[in-house]
Amino acid sequence: MPAETRDSMVPGLPSGDPGPDTLVLGIETSCDETAAACVRGGTEVLSSVVSSQVDLHARYGGVVPEVASRAHNELIIPVLAQSMVEAGVEGPDVDAVAATTGPGLIGALLVGVSAAKALALTWDVPFVSVNHLEAHLYAALLDEPDLEFPLLVLLVSGGHTMIVEMDGHGDYRLIGQTLDDAAGEAFDKVARFLGLGYPGGPAIDAAALNGDPAAIPFPRPMLNEGFDFSFSGLKTAVVNYVRENPDDSTEDIAASFQAAVVEVLVAKARRAAKASGAKALALGGGVAANSLLREQFLGACADDGIQGFLPSRAMCTDNAAMIASAGWYRLSGDGPSPLSTGANARDRMF
Amino acid sequence: MSEPPISIQTTSVEQTRELASRLSELARAGDLIVLSGALGSGKTAFAQGFATGLGVTEHVTSPTFALVQSYSGRLDLHHLDVYRLDHVNEALDLGLAEMLDDNAVVVIEWGDTIAPVLPHQYLEIHLSHGTNTESRLVDLRPVGDGWQARHRALRAVITNVDESPSEN
Repeated sequence: MPAETRDSMVPGLPSGDPGPDTLVLGIETSCDETAAACVRGGTEVLSSVVSSQVDLHARYGGVVPEVASRAHNELIIPVLAQSMVEAGVEGPDVDAVAATTGPGLIGALLVGVSAAKALALTWDVPFVSVNHLEAHLYAALLDEPDLEFPLLVLLVSGGHTMIVEMDGHGDYRLIGQTLDDAAGEAFDKVARFLGLGYPGGPAIDAAALNGDPAAIPFPRPMLNEGFDFSFSGLKTAVVNYVRENPDDSTEDIAASFQAAVVEVLVAKARRAAKASGAKALALGGGVAANSLLREQFLGACADDGIQGFLPSRAMCTDNAAMIASAGWYRLSGDGPSPLSTGANARDRMF
Repeated sequence: MSEPPISIQTTSVEQTRELASRLSELARAGDLIVLSGALGSGKTAFAQGFATGLGVTEHVTSPTFALVQSYSGRLDLHHLDVYRLDHVNEALDLGLAEMLDDNAVVVIEWGDTIAPVLPHQYLEIHLSHGTNTESRLVDLRPVGDGWQARHRALRAVITNVDESPSEN
């Protein structure tokens, strides 16, 4: 079949627009998790299966793409099957298939995108392309559907650090983002430098419990400047400090570093919320699992009288329920995506 | 055999960026720049200055997570980071040869760690801490004939940056 003929084939929903009964199968393989989920009507999670590959990556000190794509390949079918069995659905019940098309590791993305397209073709249902970051906004809404717009989301992960204003479904505005390293990347690099292991976030979190957060006055980069972030200099400050004080307590360094990152994240999020008149503030991304960040974030929201929301840890980290949910809303707003939509490592939501 | 390395001490991250920006003026399509040096030595800052010199207007952020980030300028720039790779063979999957064929300049952070799979021509730039926390020792090591031929030009850039007043 000529490429243009196939590209123009955009299967639609048998019943037209998606409704409360529309079942979306979501697939997520952008980084180190292979995940699949069945979500009805954009909000009702029937199943959400995440096959974490962290054990596989721990040996390598990070997510290694070749290992990741191979592991996604091995896991995608069992994970898909389990998500459908847990939801009690079969192929003909699925009304659309949504997959993360970016941003992420290209080899890893391709596994999920290819699987989604194959299933959409086989079942003759729409394929829906979902931006991974947009899906993280829907993770908060899945856990707390009553969050009011405008909603501000502080999204912090290994690859991203940004503040996004969500004025409605599909209506986003970038308020601020990192100018160099993502917060999670800083956690990973500092943890590896301190010999605390991978993943860095939980390792620093655990070490910090036994340390003094006020022991070392690490810089608070760009604390009072705008809504953008910069964590590269803070990472360098930790490296310099350890070079000059090799015998200092690792726990104190971890606690002081974590305190600096969290102070900046919380200060900017609350300032952005005030400036934009947001009604609610939510956390998202893997770093949202950090215990100090969760505590200080809720404290700041309470002080400012704004609705603060912490999604469950399962919803903060990568999962496919948020992909299926975002896919349902995307289907409502933009309709199905052409099958020519490819994986895009640098896909943008703005 | 290769000539001795060309070295300069920069006094601030701004001056490291300035040096990188001026070095980018020597860049030609298909050039490979390998950045080496410890965590926090300024590799991403160097890449940012290099991108500015190439006329990239987009903000250059750390490519650690995405592994490769691409930008458009006078020449296109592919900015790679192999920090997370521990096995040289994994670097083969990055498609380096295709990127170099792409009318672009490729900058690889931690590129020294994948030396066995690098092409025979590249400029290695090694960053290390200088005499104080802000300063950095920058060593330029041309590898292969193409960069050896630009030895004099590299020295000229170094001399110019050395004589220009630091912003700090």
